[in-house]
Amino acid sequence: MPAERRSERFAARKQRELRRELLIEPLAELGLVAMNGPNDPEPSLVVEQGRVVELDGRRETDWDALDHFVVRYGLDLEVAREAAALGDAEIARMLVDVDVARGQLVRLSRGLTPARLARVIAMLDPVELMFALKKLRARRAPANQAHVTNLKENPALLGADAAEAAARGFAEIETTVGVSRYAPLNAIAILVGSQTGRPGVLTQCAVEERLNLRLAIQGLVTYAETLSVYGTEPVFVDGDDTPWSKAFLASAYASRGVKVRFTSGGGSEALMGESEGKSMLYLEARCLSVVRAAGSQGVQNGSISCVALVLAVPGGTREILAENVLAAWLDLEVASGNDAISSHSAIRKTAKLMGQFLPGTDFVTSGYSAMPRYDNMFGGGNYDSDDLDEWLTIQRDWQVDAGIEPLNEPSALAVRERGARAIQAVFDAFGFPEITEEEVRLATTCTDSRDLPDRDRAADVIAADRVLVEGISALDIARVLEARGFGDVAAAVFGMQRQRVAGDYLQTSAIVTPDGTVVSAVNDGNAYTGPGTGYRLEGERWERLQQLPYAIDARLLGAAQGATGTVEELGVALPGERPDEVVIAVGPAFGAALSETINGLGHHDVLAELVEGVCEQGAAPRIVRVKRSSDVAFIGHDGARLSGSGISVGLQSKGTALIHRADLEPLDNLELFGMAPSLTLESYRQIGRNAAGYALGRAVAPVPTVMDNFARAKLIVRTTLLHARETAEVERGAPPVELALADAPVGV
Amino acid sequence: MSFDPSRDYPLGTSRPDLISTLGGIPLDELELHDDRVVAAELRATPETLRLQAEVARAAGRPQLANNLLRAAELAPLPDETVLAVYTALRPRRSTAADLEALAAQLEGRQAPETAAFVREAAQVYAERGLLAG
Repeated sequence: MPAERRSERFAARKQRELRRELLIEPLAELGLVAMNGPNDPEPSLVVEQGRVVELDGRRETDWDALDHFVVRYGLDLEVAREAAALGDAEIARMLVDVDVARGQLVRLSRGLTPARLARVIAMLDPVELMFALKKLRARRAPANQAHVTNLKENPALLGADAAEAAARGFAEIETTVGVSRYAPLNAIAILVGSQTGRPGVLTQCAVEERLNLRLAIQGLVTYAETLSVYGTEPVFVDGDDTPWSKAFLASAYASRGVKVRFTSGGGSEALMGESEGKSMLYLEARCLSVVRAAGSQGVQNGSISCVALVLAVPGGTREILAENVLAAWLDLEVASGNDAISSHSAIRKTAKLMGQFLPGTDFVTSGYSAMPRYDNMFGGGNYDSDDLDEWLTIQRDWQVDAGIEPLNEPSALAVRERGARAIQAVFDAFGFPEITEEEVRLATTCTDSRDLPDRDRAADVIAADRVLVEGISALDIARVLEARGFGDVAAAVFGMQRQRVAGDYLQTSAIVTPDGTVVSAVNDGNAYTGPGTGYRLEGERWERLQQLPYAIDARLLGAAQGATGTVEELGVALPGERPDEVVIAVGPAFGAALSETINGLGHHDVLAELVEGVCEQGAAPRIVRVKRSSDVAFIGHDGARLSGSGISVGLQSKGTALIHRADLEPLDNLELFGMAPSLTLESYRQIGRNAAGYALGRAVAPVPTVMDNFARAKLIVRTTLLHARETAEVERGAPPVELALADAPVGV
Repeated sequence: MSFDPSRDYPLGTSRPDLISTLGGIPLDELELHDDRVVAAELRATPETLRLQAEVARAAGRPQLANNLLRAAELAPLPDETVLAVYTALRPRRSTAADLEALAAQLEGRQAPETAAFVREAAQVYAERGLLAG
């Protein structure tokens, strides 16, 4: 091929966002294969005298720590015997059979080895995976988690963002720190902010374990999801943990009243160079088997921070969804990723999201950025505050609850200000560095932390140290909030301490409702068994998710547009005699029930331009109203039949126009101007000129028209409503009437 | 007063009579303005964690139940002790003797499940080269 021969189209595609990413062919030896890897072991489970002696092709002497852990704590040998009698395909079919209950499948999972789990789940195609996920989710209703951070670690902004996130329905809010000494202040800010927005929101501060436990003991956080597990022993050990240390840590958190979920996800082993040549899904099956064996109530998975690596290989999106399904099958709460940026391409990113969004998971994202991506300190912001309207609209489109509620601007401003004021009061009460009125004001209205003044960070850090040294607790915070007039926030913060005492949120998939009721897989489990069962977005909740602040009442569109004085009706229109006559035939609502075109051009002005265009060319305009039809073809054709020259301009109230001739079929025409939104006053003048040209028998070049392929998407609702209004004015069988244009230009 | 783990959840709303703070204040009497209430007692007692373990077991989640039982054992232990056990279980931090001593110590502090867990870890650590030294 000659070097100079290049396709401009290929060049254009290369510039797309997608092409910033590398897509690679599978490379099994590096673990860069999504599922069914060539080095994945054959599933096996050999039991001798009640003891497991072989797991997935490895004899006991070759087991690593993960194998030992899974065999000791994670397998039910009685169920394993039953599972051995079932084929892989048989089990796969059960996963998508509505008549096989979730409980039965969960039980069965207790007898399956990691390799078997991976192999069975890999048999499901994307739609089957989604269906299985819908069936297997632990909690009846889906929910969502928010990230709240900002680069300045401004407490007023953290409080405001947490308050808004809570008011939008996020069930959990996670923050983290740039400087770890800030952790106590950040934890306090999102605790107070979240409880201002909606009582019952669980909060966490992702920091080092010792500090995290300290915060938990003081009641400043209520959950943790920082417990990472990995699918190979070397990576586990590189992470300075073993399955035992991680399981112990989970118990330690629970002993301090903290809800815990583990974190795992495909690609992490490959990234850390110790995949042992195994596929991502198989290694994730090992992780999840460990997570359940450790007694975690749940997991954050679906490739989390390595998502872009998994998406680089074929089947990556499917593998990630398979991970989520596997976790749900193992009866774990699932916070299904979608937090780290998965792709530069908005199309690709959202295509991936649908796998979790449509079936619904316990937390559709494990961190929706409640603020703009700039302020997201998790290196995330896959979806952020700028995307909220899209998220809400997609929920509305699919009639799907993905855990975020609409909030109008006044409500958002009000709750943000209150969140910022509550944290301002707390800072003041403890003698922490002042949160100024300006900070409260800007935290309420800003885009991101760049809009806020810099704080004295040294002084803030000293305050943060005091929280730990003096043991300032959530109880202390509740009491100062009460004293400062934030009684409801105080009650909500104290309510979370009450939850710590009861421990109900330690159960699987637990969240807390605003009235303090814990909802979990125990008391509100998913009992989906086919259409009409399980969680369905309907009733009051559906009403609520439909009420987008930017959705409008269709009855208000085009209302109050009635015009008077544009045209005057003179009586029944009769056929004209003049051979140079051009009839301008308008629709039933023109200049009457409606007053302007879809493009916002006044009917009077449009008509005046048409008249002038006709006159300019030396023809004689005459205006009539067609009352029997709102269809532009018939309006135009009726006009043409009245015209002495046989030429007319047909014009609907919304602005759609054509040039017609009496001897043509009604649905034919000389020129059609269907793109009303792109027509200007000059276009109408040119239409008048052309119509005159046809009437006078001249050679006419068609009026150039502009194509706007988005016009339909943008204006179809308005078009429909305007046309409905015009159609409502139709009088069947009524004769056309002669019109005079008010303040008509000379000559008409 | 009998407890039915398959019906009495959530304990906080269904069976507050079974729940009290570490200081002995019944859940229903827990009140922000009450001067008796101190921060240190505002978390689940070992007894409450055991009840939650029963709930988990009744819901068919034996591993979660065992985790909560270990949590019940850890609840009375000081933070430093808990963190010390965690550190000891991290890779190559402890010798077999260290872990055995730790297990014995946990047994002595009414934490038999956790003690057994540490011993099981020790066995595997020995096989997998995860012991110190």
